[in-house]
Amino acid sequence: MDSRQFFGAARLVIVAGKGGVGKTTVTAALARAAADAGLHVLAVELEGKPALAEVLTGTEVEVTTITASEALADYLDDHGLKRVSKRLASSGIIDVVATAAPGIDDIVVLGKLKQLEMLGEYDLIVVDGPAAGHAVTFLLSARGLLDTVRGGPIRKQAQDVLDMFNDPKRCQVLLVSLPETTPINELIETAYAVEEKVGVQLGPVIINGVDRGDPITVTATTKASAELLAAAEFRNHRRVAQQAELARLNNDLALTQMVLPQLPVAGVTAEDLGVLAAALVEQVGLLAG
Amino acid sequence: MNALETVVRDAEIIVTCGSGGVGKTTAAAAIALHAASTGKRVVVVTIDPARRLADAFGLPGGLGNEPTRVDLGDAPVNTTGELWAMMLDPTTTFDGLVRQYAESPERAERILANAFYRNIAGALSGTQEYMAAEKLFQLHRDDRFDLVVVDTPPSRNALDFLDAPATLTRFINHRLFRLMMLPARGGLKVLNIAAQPVLRTIGKVVGGDVLADAIAFFQAFEGMEAGFRDRADAVSALLHSSVTSYVLVASPRRDTVEEARYLAGRLIESKLPVAAVIVNRLQPRFGASSATDAAAKAESLAAKQPDVAALWRNLAELGALADAEEAVIEPLVVATDPDAVRRVPLLRDDVHDLAGLHDIAAHLFGPDTAVR
Repeated sequence: MDSRQFFGAARLVIVAGKGGVGKTTVTAALARAAADAGLHVLAVELEGKPALAEVLTGTEVEVTTITASEALADYLDDHGLKRVSKRLASSGIIDVVATAAPGIDDIVVLGKLKQLEMLGEYDLIVVDGPAAGHAVTFLLSARGLLDTVRGGPIRKQAQDVLDMFNDPKRCQVLLVSLPETTPINELIETAYAVEEKVGVQLGPVIINGVDRGDPITVTATTKASAELLAAAEFRNHRRVAQQAELARLNNDLALTQMVLPQLPVAGVTAEDLGVLAAALVEQVGLLAG
Repeated sequence: MNALETVVRDAEIIVTCGSGGVGKTTAAAAIALHAASTGKRVVVVTIDPARRLADAFGLPGGLGNEPTRVDLGDAPVNTTGELWAMMLDPTTTFDGLVRQYAESPERAERILANAFYRNIAGALSGTQEYMAAEKLFQLHRDDRFDLVVVDTPPSRNALDFLDAPATLTRFINHRLFRLMMLPARGGLKVLNIAAQPVLRTIGKVVGGDVLADAIAFFQAFEGMEAGFRDRADAVSALLHSSVTSYVLVASPRRDTVEEARYLAGRLIESKLPVAAVIVNRLQPRFGASSATDAAAKAESLAAKQPDVAALWRNLAELGALADAEEAVIEPLVVATDPDAVRRVPLLRDDVHDLAGLHDIAAHLFGPDTAVR
């Protein structure tokens, strides 16, 4: 498949996965690969440390941060409530409002993403999604609010976000995991929850940190020390276990798999990013058009 | 005696903290298992809803909000040792608190049925952390247990746990709620929402019925704040007392090491010493050859003995990985206490049963041979 076609399949891509699986790494690699393919790319981080901006410095990718309190303030501004919005946002009232109607903090963020998507200024907006088990609740917030809020601007916002979710050309969710039992189980659970409850299109799953390579062959005539043999056996065993997890995933989930190679030390740096982006592009080339 | 052994001998509460995915839950379980083997009656509390801990403990029914005894089989456990496990259910724990502090069962039921309360109990950020602290407080008082081991919730900041009691009190005391309760205090029968611009705004955003629920909640809650606040203070004092030990968990990744260093700083700031540091999943070393020597060996044998050369190349690659990981964790080792650091190697297989937990425990409490 052509890279431009692959990376431009949906205008908004939300990258989701449990903590520690390398979600930020994958978001950055995806953004970089898409930009290298000539697309105009915006990478979005939702909260916390500015990890994306750091590793994407010097690339064509634009980076921005969206937080719930800023999004709420903007939302109130847009709805003619400018006078109180500042005060509300600054006095930590987002917590209070979000408790009154859970999901409202998520929906204002999703609303902001929808706004960016509608602008059409970017070929691809890739979002480093919320961490931990929050991804599903984040995506479900629109549907949940439709049930609790019976009218008004928030309801309209939730409906607009759902419309976007239901259009695979506008929005896709990309799940990230590691080639190990527990993360793969969690990936499968999340995938079913997202498809069934949110109705958003899932893109390929990305498995990070895979130790690719052929088995190291040891024959009866190989003369080597116990340490050498133990090291080879260990590596082979881990590789076989990883491949078994990938096969199981393939069996349980009918989604395209893409793998990113294990790096000497996980955690993004600018140099690593080139390697990972190249690995993505290589695999896109192998996909049927 | 290594740092962790001292912790298990002396502490009444052990809290494991670190970023998500570093193996906090597994570390807590392995520590608890070891403590039981030394004769302690231990309860391990997990906040992780994943089933793997229940599976590892051989509890097919899963874990609930009350401790369940774990059958240790023929494991070498001291006769007095017991292991119990439970999974925190924040909502049930919160409901229990409301029942305890409400002035009458009727008022408790009114609160429990209120939609705004259900949101606080289920979705307010910080509730899970506070309820974990609350449960810990209850278990610490429970005569059945000598030691409580708990992993912290996977929040954006693992130490929100420490601040959680204060956060909830602050939430309840929020200016806005004072405002909501004013009319009731003034004895007015009808609450005049329109008179309050802030409430009017919120009403416009979330809808009037949602706001009405919130107001009903605060009116029912009135009078209970003092009980909640005192309890929160007691919980907070326990978390800051010397019977509670903090164990940091990291994996050899830049981000988790950075997070662990940050947590170490926060703990020290709060005058809470880091009792031990666990670094999980380190690439094991095989033999004493350095990565460079192994690579040179592979090079020299490439032509004559390609099969043996491949083995040396593998050793060089694994050695380079181990070196890189050691470099990444070094700042953490230096910033805490090198003697308090326990290294656990990447195992051949993922941990999924008691045998696996015993294996981890052996690395945590055995001689420090693992990876150095």
